[in-house]
Amino acid sequence: MSRPISESRSETAFGDFKLPLAPGEAVAEAERCLFCHDAPCIAACPTAIDIPQFIRKIATGNLHGSARTIFESNILGMSCARVCPVEVLCVGDCVYNHLDQPPIAIGRLQRHATDEAFAQGWTYFSAGPDSGRRVALIGGGPASLAAAHRLRRCGHACTIFEARPSLGGLNTTGVAPYKMRADRAADEIDWVLAIGGIEVRTGVRVGEAVSLSDLERDFDAVFVGVGLGADSPLGIPGEDLENVCGATAWIEQMKIGRVDLAGVERAVVVGGGNTAIDCVREALGLGIPRVIMAYRGDRARMSGYAHEWDAALAEGALAEWRAIPIAYEGSGRVRKVRCIRLDEARRPIAGSEFELEADLVLVAIGQSKLAAMLAGLEGIQVEGGRVAVDAEGFAGRTKWYAGGDCVNGGKEVVNAVAEGDRAAKAIDAMLRGAAKGSPHA
Amino acid sequence: MPDLSTDTGGIRSPNPFWLASAPPTNSGGQVQRAFEAGWGGVVWKTLGTPIRNVSSRFGGHVIGGVRGAGFNNIELITDRPLEANYREIAETKRLFPDRAMVVSLMFETREEWREHIARSIDAGADGLELNFGCPHGMCERGMGSAVGQEPAVNERITSWAVEFSTVPVLVKLTPNVSDIVPHGLAARRGGAHGVSLINTIKSLIGVDIDRFVPEPRVGGASTNGGYCGAAVKPIALHMVAALAREPEFGLPISGIGGVTNWRDAVEFILLGSSSVQVCTEVMLRGFDIVEDMIDGLDEYMRTHGFARISEMVGKAVPNFREWGELDLNYETVAKIDADKCIGCQVCVAACHDGAHQCIHPQEGTRVPRVDETECVGCNLCKIVCPVEDCISMAPVEHGVAPASWNEFVADPETHPLRPKKGSHG
Ligand SMILES: Cc1cc2nc3c(=O)[nH]c(=O)nc-3n(C[C@H](O)[C@H](O)[C@H](O)COP(=O)(O)OP(=O)(O)OC[C@H]3O[C@@H](n4cnc5c(N)ncnc54)[C@H](O)[C@@H]3O)c2cc1C
Ligand SMILES: Cc1cc2nc3c(=O)[nH]c(=O)nc-3n(C[C@H](O)[C@H](O)[C@H](O)COP(=O)(O)O)c2cc1C
Ligand code: SF4
Ligand code: SF4
Ligand code: SF4
Repeated sequence: MSRPISESRSETAFGDFKLPLAPGEAVAEAERCLFCHDAPCIAACPTAIDIPQFIRKIATGNLHGSARTIFESNILGMSCARVCPVEVLCVGDCVYNHLDQPPIAIGRLQRHATDEAFAQGWTYFSAGPDSGRRVALIGGGPASLAAAHRLRRCGHACTIFEARPSLGGLNTTGVAPYKMRADRAADEIDWVLAIGGIEVRTGVRVGEAVSLSDLERDFDAVFVGVGLGADSPLGIPGEDLENVCGATAWIEQMKIGRVDLAGVERAVVVGGGNTAIDCVREALGLGIPRVIMAYRGDRARMSGYAHEWDAALAEGALAEWRAIPIAYEGSGRVRKVRCIRLDEARRPIAGSEFELEADLVLVAIGQSKLAAMLAGLEGIQVEGGRVAVDAEGFAGRTKWYAGGDCVNGGKEVVNAVAEGDRAAKAIDAMLRGAAKGSPHA
Repeated sequence: MPDLSTDTGGIRSPNPFWLASAPPTNSGGQVQRAFEAGWGGVVWKTLGTPIRNVSSRFGGHVIGGVRGAGFNNIELITDRPLEANYREIAETKRLFPDRAMVVSLMFETREEWREHIARSIDAGADGLELNFGCPHGMCERGMGSAVGQEPAVNERITSWAVEFSTVPVLVKLTPNVSDIVPHGLAARRGGAHGVSLINTIKSLIGVDIDRFVPEPRVGGASTNGGYCGAAVKPIALHMVAALAREPEFGLPISGIGGVTNWRDAVEFILLGSSSVQVCTEVMLRGFDIVEDMIDGLDEYMRTHGFARISEMVGKAVPNFREWGELDLNYETVAKIDADKCIGCQVCVAACHDGAHQCIHPQEGTRVPRVDETECVGCNLCKIVCPVEDCISMAPVEHGVAPASWNEFVADPETHPLRPKKGSHG
């Protein structure tokens, strides 16, 4: 179902940032795990993978069982092993952080087991007996994929509506290629869909070709996993100049197509979040000699992870702190970015204007919210652009559930998987006539 | 400067570290390199009527990722011509006159013993070791552990050797007996000057689970072998200590079995060994481990105020008692140092599933709590805790005077026991 991915796409310039563990290395690392009771690393994994258990299975040479333990909680465990910011999740809470020894390399061990599962073609799950129920999933990103897979295990028929030509959402089109390339994400999607019974309708934007009321009428439940929308612009002069790009749009182009970097010597990345840091590292990795991140706050206040920024610095990143662009300048193509300094309270400081030369500007100041599309549905609350749900992912209107970035405002793939899985379990309970949101209640 | 030299039944060596009779002492070239590295003595690979060996011969026991944590072998005594052995023994002794050269022997008839004891001494042996221990291959031929398991035979052959020998005779005992003491006493009655123990333990190291063949695999089959290496140390220590505390025994001991470093050696010495012998650790890592053994022992003696080895020998023996002599009123409870605790709760799982259900998780912190009214002081939590000195076993003051089981049984009035804990009656 994944669309064929071009061999000559720009992202193929990147190799793995975190190398796979050699088999002996994996066993040695696995042997170090203490097999903690009520392990804190599990609590720090949004999908609550039984980490000590899967690691112990690596130590004993039971890779087949190890991967099963992972996939049981997280069907995108192969991606997550590569793309999770483990430093602030599982690894960050490993008890070894309190000893003078390095924490367990949980992500790399997870990769070791799941890569083997893919290499060997192991599959673990089959569809449940047909329930006769049908569930629509809007968006084909990690949240919907996880939800659909769980629903199939429960025997419900699934249809995924995806606006783009292929599935995977930002896990395919957004994550940095040195963590995972798009072809790997596509392999995983094929593996997930192999459970059967998931109808995929790509190129269909719900709200246009298909309406919300169509879905409500034709399906027994609807899961909303639309993620976030287009890159937000700053709203300053010069935004239509060539080479002033929205960050995720540029990254998508780089990952599944080609970006033209001819003559690009200097890039400016606007923002201070993880997408901005990714852009910096990607621009450097593609060979742009001088890459500056312009952020309106200072280093302590940036929302991007410290470990990511440290890696960017090591790769040669430069930064302008407390700086915000006020205009892009150039003729036809951007040539420079006019900036102004901000004070502590983020107010512009008069007379502090300066210029940064730039042949490429990547604007990473956030993405728009898509939840507004649900505004017309009575009972569904949209708060700050996010769909409001209860602890099980129920969106407040009979049949309607949601999860992923459109609910949490933009977190990680692993959060989207957790929320998709959680909602699927609630949908299953509801379809069995047990719970909230039941059309039969 | 502590004096590391030692005397084992009249066999003197500049330090207590000997190579056990095994592959590392198979040839002159090896032993000479060992002496260059600093080993104080060797027991030459057992001489006997040369045999044939199988391939493969060794099996490794991997425990928690440690390869060779235990080891076994199905090799026999020397497979080299006796002439070559005697020639190399003589040459090596000439080059290293200050080291202990002990020759291990295993023969069948009185005449053979007489001949080869004479040839060994001619070659320069400072002592002899009678191999009554090999648990495979040789015992089926009425030698090795077949001798060591039969006190009367042990005594008879020992007395032959003592009769023929002008140098001290050590008897190497097999651990494949239910009680080592009668076998040590048999060696003593035979006139031995000391004993060496343990030889290897009868074992089957593992099974190739894909081929359904035990290991080490010789074609499509295997046989029982001798277990040794780090894993056997506790068994060896017990046997050494059992002889050391036996009042009727009183012979010097050369301690063997799972010695990997100076700490192990100190333990063997404190339990009554005058020298220690090493085989497996050298097979796994080579002769150079002796540098740290010498260094570490020297530093240990310095910091503990020992001037010579003899001051250490047997120092822990008086504290090795019968269970019935232990103080039943000595009570400890586990204490967790919250500042050191990393919150792994391995102790919680261990105590709940494997002990007395008295370590509990607490609200708001990962540091568990010990219910001291239930804790029996078993030590399990301290053993599993990954943080050094985080859990300690603290003595409890309860005011009841010490009393052993033997004392209590003899006179319960004068030796009452403290209230029982953790029996969940
Ligand atoms: C640049 C970037 C890098 C990232 N790097 C990482 C990382 O390294 N590690 C990590 O864990 N997370 C990372 N993330 C976050 C992660 O990708 C997201 O949290 C995750 O993909 C969210 O999954 P989702 O299913 O909720 O939404 P998405 O992945 O956004 O998927 C939503 C899908 O819905 C489709 N859609 C939207 N509207 C409609 C509609 N009306 N009809 C039909 N289809 C629709 C979209 O086309 C999209 O395919 C990154 C995000 C970005 C932007
Ligand atoms: C491969 C091998 C061969 C051995 N051969 C002999 C031998 O010929 N004579 C002997 O007395 N002991 C022999 N042993 C036993 C060792 O001398 C020693 O008693 C035993 O291995 C325990 O010590 P360790 O734990 O240091 O290995 C052999 C041991 C091994 C591993
Ligand atoms: S899914 Fe991510 S957070 Fe969870 S254990 Fe794996 S790497 Fe860690
Ligand atoms: S916290 Fe660390 S040591 Fe403990 S179970 Fe998790 S990975 Fe293993
Ligand atoms: S085993 Fe040690 S470190 Fe772990 S919770 Fe118990 S006391 Fe703390």
